[in-house]
This record gives sequence, structure tokens and C-alpha cells, in this order.
Amino acid sequence: MSLAPLGYLDAAGRRAHSILPLTWFTLSVATAVCIVIAALLWIAVRRAPKNGGALETRSVPVERGSNGINWITVGLLISCVPLLVTLVWTMAALAAVSGPPSHPGLTLDVTAHQWWWEVRYDATNPSETFATANEIHIPVGVPVLVRLHGGDVIHSFWVPKLSGKTDAIPGQTNLSWMQADQPGRYRGQCSEYCGFQHANMAFEVVAESQADFASWRAAEVQPAPDPITPAQARGQALVQYRCGLCHQVRGTGAGAISAPDLTHLMSRRTLAAGRLLNNPGSLIGWIQDPQGIKPGTQMPNQYLSAQQLSDVQAYLVLLR
Amino acid sequence: MRPADYRTPAIGSDSLAHQARLLEVWATAPGLKGFFSSVDHKQIGIRYIVTAFLFLALGGIEALVMRLQLAGPNLSLLTPEQYNQLFSTHGMTMIFLYASPILSGFSNYLWPLLLGSRDMAFPRLNALSYWIYAAAGIFLYAGFLTGNGPNDGWFNYVPYASRDYNPGLNEDFYSLGMVFLGISTTVGAANFIVTALRTRAPGMSINRLPIMVWGTLTASAANLVVVPAVSLAFLLLWMDRQFGTHFFDPGGGGQPLLWQHLFWIFGHPWVYAIVLPAMGMVSDGLPVFCRRPLVGYAAVALSTVATMILGFGVWVHHMFATGLPGLALSFFSAASIAITLPSAVAVFAWLATIWLGRPVITTALLFFASTILLFVIGGVSGFMTASVPVDWQLTDTYFVVAHLHYVLIGINVFPVVGAAYFWIPKMTGRMLDERLGRWNFWTMFVGFNLAFLPMHVTGLLGMPRRVYTYAQGMGWDTLNLITSIGSFVFAVGVLLFFVNVWKSLRSVANAGPNPWDAPTLEWAVSSPPPPYNFAVIPTVVSRHPLWENRLDEEGAVSSIERGMLLDKGKETVGTTALDAVPDMVLEMPEDSFAPVLLALGAAALFVGLLLKAWLVAGGGTGLVALAILIWLWPRRELREREAGS
Amino acid sequence: MSETALAQPEKLPVGPIGRHGIGYWGVGTLVASEAALFAYLLFAYFYTGAAAQPGWLLEPAPPLKLALPNTILLLASSLVAWVGERGVLDRRRWQALLGFGGAAIMGTGFVVVQWFEWKAKAYGLGTSSYASLYFVTTGFHIAHVIVGIGVLVAIFAWTALDYFSPRRRLTVSAGVLYWHFVDLVWLFVFATYYVTPYLGFGR
Repeated sequence: MSLAPLGYLDAAGRRAHSILPLTWFTLSVATAVCIVIAALLWIAVRRAPKNGGALETRSVPVERGSNGINWITVGLLISCVPLLVTLVWTMAALAAVSGPPSHPGLTLDVTAHQWWWEVRYDATNPSETFATANEIHIPVGVPVLVRLHGGDVIHSFWVPKLSGKTDAIPGQTNLSWMQADQPGRYRGQCSEYCGFQHANMAFEVVAESQADFASWRAAEVQPAPDPITPAQARGQALVQYRCGLCHQVRGTGAGAISAPDLTHLMSRRTLAAGRLLNNPGSLIGWIQDPQGIKPGTQMPNQYLSAQQLSDVQAYLVLLR
Repeated sequence: MRPADYRTPAIGSDSLAHQARLLEVWATAPGLKGFFSSVDHKQIGIRYIVTAFLFLALGGIEALVMRLQLAGPNLSLLTPEQYNQLFSTHGMTMIFLYASPILSGFSNYLWPLLLGSRDMAFPRLNALSYWIYAAAGIFLYAGFLTGNGPNDGWFNYVPYASRDYNPGLNEDFYSLGMVFLGISTTVGAANFIVTALRTRAPGMSINRLPIMVWGTLTASAANLVVVPAVSLAFLLLWMDRQFGTHFFDPGGGGQPLLWQHLFWIFGHPWVYAIVLPAMGMVSDGLPVFCRRPLVGYAAVALSTVATMILGFGVWVHHMFATGLPGLALSFFSAASIAITLPSAVAVFAWLATIWLGRPVITTALLFFASTILLFVIGGVSGFMTASVPVDWQLTDTYFVVAHLHYVLIGINVFPVVGAAYFWIPKMTGRMLDERLGRWNFWTMFVGFNLAFLPMHVTGLLGMPRRVYTYAQGMGWDTLNLITSIGSFVFAVGVLLFFVNVWKSLRSVANAGPNPWDAPTLEWAVSSPPPPYNFAVIPTVVSRHPLWENRLDEEGAVSSIERGMLLDKGKETVGTTALDAVPDMVLEMPEDSFAPVLLALGAAALFVGLLLKAWLVAGGGTGLVALAILIWLWPRRELREREAGS
Repeated sequence: MSETALAQPEKLPVGPIGRHGIGYWGVGTLVASEAALFAYLLFAYFYTGAAAQPGWLLEPAPPLKLALPNTILLLASSLVAWVGERGVLDRRRWQALLGFGGAAIMGTGFVVVQWFEWKAKAYGLGTSSYASLYFVTTGFHIAHVIVGIGVLVAIFAWTALDYFSPRRRLTVSAGVLYWHFVDLVWLFVFATYYVTPYLGFGR
């Protein structure tokens, strides 16, 4: 990852690449204009008569002076040049990036929730359909169509290195697309204010080779493994009973879908929409005190005993 | 005796006896009675200015607290909810309770003086517009102080603002408060429009209006037709929240995007409404210190109007990421790029005015001149967001936060402080300290740029706006620290301004009528001006009545010393809209309690609606009706009815 | 030294004469702002309707049995108010009183009929976005009619007190202008909610 994971002055995919030169062009024009005007202004003001600090405006006589309208005409004519270039370039870039690809290599349904991302991979065979959360795997080199749904309030889907923002709005389906050139992890972030934890509503796009993607997908389709040890079994029971009110663990009794799917929880790099790095330790910290780590999150504190926590942990780390 | 319907106004010169006669009919009663009943535009203007600066200070403190929270990664000075209410209240305060009212204040104070008239067209409406502004400001802040401040940003997108996601009173305070405040803006706009068109000095034809009048007139015309959009939107939101309607609720067939359209149809013209009058201040103030008339008066005046007309057609550029069809994107993108041109006219005109004039460096000039640069920086960043594909990256990042602060601080706060240095001597008769003024200017200028110039980079590095905290390792830590430091330096600069005003108020009133040797009518009267402004109504033949002898204007010169006396009551002259030919004697209303009564009734109505206390709301409505009846009762003195009966 | 220009007008009207007065301009700005308000309400209807699913219109063929005669009643009241204004102009006080009183009564009749129209609807304020739009838009209009009736009653009373003459009557003309506006706006509301469904909008 680069020094600025969300920076958009470098790009890693076709869509972002076709915008980048235009961004640099407008940025350069903007900077140049500021410098020129600042210089003109500086010179103009420095031409002030040296009146020895005397502040009497009256002491400088009023004169009609030359009419100066040329400043405006010439200024406007010069301004027209970058404006026209930008206009034409904008239309061209818009045509290149706005339309969703007609033959996407992969189509995803992403639903934005307060404050996490549900990602659904559809397949012709319903048993190969599955959902995951906050981590989007895509194959490199093919355009990926993203159908955006609003789960509650308005959010905005943004992966700066791959694609600009598109809002996820309840009641309508917006289309976005992206294509990664190189394997890698690209950070995404909700970019429309959506309440308490708008700040911690990140996700990652994992671009990988076709083969890696296929094997990841094959693994994701699998249901959760069965518990082996008694602790894991107790943990599973607790997860079904406590977590299953909101979460799903496919292949068990936990079947609700109002929170992230946990079937392969431990295969994901982060927890709580990018708030924490995912490891058994932070997982326990999160379950113990979600409201402390992410105030206002929909996940309530669980008040589990130390024994219960260690059982739950024992079970959850199985979910790879 | 039955007074005549027609009269030939007596012409004469100023005299002490004449002044005494005028003072008797124009002076406001002393004490509380006068305070609550005054309709003098100068008193109302100063109240507006003081109240607006108070809100500027409040909004500034809110900003500083936020900058403490964001000074480093993962700080926890504020909870998310506190932060969210702070940034929303900060936006609401600066945009609605400071930026527009401060300009209304200056315009209120200055217009009749600039126009050679004795008051605004509708003095009681003027008082009403202030009282409602004050009441709505208190109403909105009552929410914030009780922990129910707005928490969905100043543009308040649904569905987050709807009851399902936002069950507290926060959004009810904000919705009703904004509808309430909208009344003030609307009646104020109506007053400015009629004042500009009907109460100018004879001879001040439309091509001789000061640019500031053009700016406020244009802004008012826009406000008159766009404020209803936002008032309606907030009312519908309140109904969605409290009465189960479905305007914005997708579950009931409503459209969340309808909110965005209604809001931005208002919101974008509003941005121009809070900068065009301030640009007018620069256009009128800069030439005084450059010792020459403004370059390209006609071009600047027309571009003011053109900016606003185009400004009606660019609202969708706030919605580029909402999934609109390509054709709409192209159209609004092109319009947003095109609007650069009329805005650029003012920049070139100002530059040329300095270049071709002989600038005298004063604090006011420094503020006005720096506006040019800040405007350009805010303008070019705005131009970048006009390009749709680029905007898909820029929007909702700190780049946009930097942009909007360059626009709002650069083209509102800086010219306003310049205007204060320029016009406070007129209002109080006391100069501001120039030495302290330099400190004030440079602290503000350096602090502001230190805070907001690096913020562009923060945005380019991807920091989203409206986040209460951010993680380490995103590349934003140093930049945010610089911004936080800059914001405090800027705050010190603003504080120096207040100190300077305070110092000035304790000094000797020796400014004289025209300390800057400025050319327009307000400088022809004493500082502070008498309650009636002009003892005789001046006749104007140029844009620079007080510079005519030095500018070798052709033909006749303006008449300042002699004119219509109009001392048979509280009178001024009404003139035709374009040529300013006198066409009637206006009888101005006396001081009145009706405006403050109406505002009180309206406040009770809105409090009643908020608390669903229908009796209170009904009582408020009754009070409003009563106040209107008192107000509009046709009166003989104003010749609104037959005198004979 | 060039000569001094000095405006020395002869015989200016003192205070408002006829319609000539800044108060009339004031009511003009009020009307412009109110017209914009209704424009946004109708925009909300067309925007929501254009994006809606089939079946959004709760009444694809809105019944005109009450609405059409009521529309004619309201428009006729504008005429009656105008006759009242003429009465002031021609110093015929009875005509003026009949005009303003008649218009106020017709306006009240409109509100009553509109009330029955509301009662007859099978849906309520919270049924759907269409229902919300219908009730709030017509409700906004009714609120304006009620204010207009208040204005007419005030003008009626002031006429009865013999306050006005052909010259000093700006209040009358401004009030009647507002009433014309309230009636004209209804035409747009009526066309939107009662006529466009027949033309195919929202079906």
C-alpha cells in the first residue's frame, strides 16, 4: 500500500487511470492560475507610492486613470483556453469512465449499512451464492460491475485507487465499476456522511489472480467447519444463541443477515469495517467492548464471562 | 384640514432649524421603548452586525474544538455524537447565522446612505427581519445547548435525518428553526429589492448604483425565489418525522434524492448570495484606496447578475455521485465550468484597479486585496470540482472542505473585516487602529492559509470529510496538525479584530464625515449619520458624487447641499426603478412594536410546533395575526386611507 | 465650475395613490416568493411521480365531480373581488362590500367543499408519497385561501368604515391582487393533480 492508502493522485486500475491525467491537468491549471494572480497582485500592491507610512488616503490625489477594460477582455480570453480544454477533456473522460462495462468479468451486489459493507456474490447455482463483509475479492484485469444498494441511510462507495465515488441510496440501485491492473489490497471508505461511525466505515478490495480468486471463491462457498473440541462446541452454542440474532454462520443455527456474515470471519484481514486488524486477540477485545471501540455501532456489548469469551474465541478462530 | 394628495416639494438648503424639525420626527425614543420599537435602518443594521459577529465567534469556537480533536490520529476529546453535532452546528452557524446576516447588516446600515435616501422601503419589515433572525438563532441554539443540535451536517441529507435513524429532537429543532429563519431572509430580500428599485436619490439611475447594491440586489432577488425551496424541504422533513408522511421515505414511495434537489436548488444560489454582496464591498472599497474609479463598472455589474443567473443552473454539481444519467452530468458540468467566466470578471477588474491606480496601503486595502487571491484559490478549486470525473474523486474529501472555506472565509470574512475597517468610522465616528490593524490582517491571513492551504493536500491524500477521527498511517497526521495550528493562529487574528473594535469604541470620535476621501453618498453626511441621514435629498449625476470636481466629469455636477427638504412629516422620496426620476413622496412609518410582537408570536408558534403544544402554537398564531392587523391597519398619517372620514 | 443638477419635481403624489405606491411592489415580491413555493411543491410531485413505480397514482382518474365546480367557484370569486375593487374605484360602497363579502363567502365555500373532497378520499396523509403530496399541496393552498379570506374580511371591514377612496386604496388593490394570486395558483394545483393523470402522467 502506498503512503496514503486513500490518496487519489496515483491509480491502480483502468477506471482511475483514465481520470488521473485530467485531475493532474486541472490541478496544474489551478495552481498556475493562483501563482500568476498572486504575482500580479503582489506587483500591483508593491507599486503603492512610498508615503512614508502616512495613512492619509486623501494625500494621494484621485485620477480617472486609463480605462483598463482590456484587462477584463484579455483576462477572459486567456481563461477561455483552459476552460475549453477542460470541458472537452471532461466530456471525453466522462464517456470513458461513466458507463458500466457491457461485459463485466464479475458482478457484485454491495449493500451499504450503518456502518459496514455487505458484499454478495451471486451465482447461477444458488448453492454457490454467498455473502461476505467489508472485504471485496476481485480478479485482476477484468472489469467488475458493482451494483450498489442502500441498506438504511445514504452511503458512498469509494476505492480511490480504482474508482471514484458512487452513492448507495435506499430505494434505488446505482452502478459503479472498477478494474484492478495489479494484485493488491486497495482501501475503500464510505464517503457520504452517515452518522456516528461514518469515520470507521472502511473496506478493502483484494485484487488477485484468476486462480487465487477462484480458490478464494471456492473456499467461501463452503459452510462453516464443525467444532472439534468441547470448548469450540460450547463456543458454537453461544454464537448461535447470542450472535445468531444478527449474524449468520452458514451451516449452523446462526442465520440472521442484519450484520456481517461470519462464516469465514477469520479469512478477513480487518474487523469492524477496518477499525481493527483481525486476530484472535483483537477479536476478543471487540466482542467484549464494541461500544468502546466503535461508539454507536449497532453491535451491543455482550457481557460474557471470561469462560464464555474464551469458548467463543475458540470457536470463531475456526471460521477460516 | 384635509392634506393635499399632491405637493410640489420645497427645495432648500440645510439649516439648523430644518435639522431640528427632522430630528423631531426621525429620532428613535430612548431606552427600552426605542430598542424594541425602532425601525431606523442604522440601528437595525448595527444589531444585525453585532449579532452576526457573535455567531461568528460561536462558530469559530466550535471549529477550534473540532481542530483539537483532529490535531492527531485517534484522539478522543469528543465522542462521535459530540463531534457530529459540532460540525453540523458549525456549518449551520457560519452559513445561516453569520455569513448571510452579516451582509444584511452592512447592507441595512449602508443602503439608504449609499442610495441617498432616509430609510429602507419598508422600515417595519426591516425590524421584523432582524427580530425573526434573532429569535430563530436563539431557537436553533436552544437545540444545540440542550444537546439537541443538528447532527446531519448543514445540508442534512435524508434518510439519516429521518426519524428512523435520528429519533431525538435534533432534527426537529433544525427543521423548524430553518423554516423560521427563512421568513427573515425572505422578508429581508423583499425589502432590499423594493428599496433598491424605488428609493434612490433622484438621478441615481441603475447604471450609477454602487456595486455592493448590485450584489445585494442580485442576492436578494435570488433569495426571494430559492429560500422557499429549502423552507419547503425542511417543513416536509418535519412532517415526515412527526406526521408519518412519505416525501423522502423510499419505503412509502418517496425519494431521498428529492431532498437533495430541493436543498441544492436553494443551496447553490445561496452560496452566491453570501459572496456577491461581499464582492460588492470589495468593488466599492478598493477604488477608494486605489484613488481611481473601479475598472469595468458595467462589466462587473453585469457579471454579478450573470453569475447568479448561471448559479441557478448548477445545483446538480453537488450531486454528481448520486447516479444521475450522463446527459444531466454533462449539462451541469458544462454550466459549472462556464460560471468561472463571470466570476473571473471581478478578479480582473480588481487587479486592474490596483494596477492602474495608486494604492494607499491601509488595513482595509489589505483585506480587500487579499480577497482577490483567496477568491482565486477558492475559485480554481471549485473549477476542479466542476469536472465530473475529477469530482468523483474530490467530492466529500477535505479538498472540498478547503475549497468551501476559501470561498466562505476568503470572499465573506476577509471582505467583511475589510468593510468593517472601512465603514466602522462611518457608523461610530471612530477610526480603527491601523497599527493593530496590520497585526490583525497578517495574523488572519497567515493563520488562514496555514490552516486551509495544506488542507487541499489532505483532501488529495483522500481524507474524507465529516469524520470524527482518523487512523494512523493514512498520511494525514502532519497535515492535520498544521491545519489545527493554523486555525488557532487564525482565531487569534479574528480576536485582534474584535480587540481593535473594542479599543476604537473607547476612543475619541474624530473621524469626520469622510476620513478616506471616498466618493459615494454615505461619506457626505456626518459620522455617525443623523437619524434622518440626509437633511436634504441629494441629486446625483454620476457614480462618484464626491469626486466629480476631480474626475472632470462632463456636464452638470451632483447637488449635495441643496435638494428637496421633505420635512412635512417622516418623508423621503420615491423614484422610478430604472432612471430614478422622483415620482412620489413616501410617508415613512413611525417606530412600531408590531414587528417585535409578530416575531414573538412566530417564536411561540415554532416552539409550540416543536413541542407539539398546540395551544402554544395556536396562541402564537393568534399573536401573529393580531400583530399583522395592527401593522396593516390603514392609517391616515401614511395616507393609506382617506383623510376626510 | 459646471452647473449643479438639481431634481426639482413638480406636484408629486404624497403617499400611495391608486395602485401607485411601494406597498404594491411589496405585495408583488410576496407573490413572487409564494409562487416559487408552489412551483417547488409541484416540482416535488412531478419528480416523485416520474421516478415512481406503476401504481403510484392512488387515483388514476381523480373524480372531478366536486373539484371542477369548486375550481369554477374559486375563479369566479376572483371576478367578484375585482367587482368589489371597481366599487371602491367608482365610489359605490355597496358594490364594494358585496364584492369583498361575496368573494370571502365564495372562498369559504371553496374551503368547505375542499374539506368534503378530502373526507371522501380513501387514503390519508401517511398512506404513500402520492397521498402525502396530495394532502400537503392542497393543504398549503387551503392555508393560503384562509389567509386570503382574512384579507378580504379586513378589506370588507375597512370599506365598511369608509376608509378608502378611489385615490387612497392601495390596501384594497394589494389585497385583491393577493386573492387573484391564490386563485391562479389553484389552477396550477388543479391541473397537476386532477388533469395530468388523464393526460397520462404517473400512470
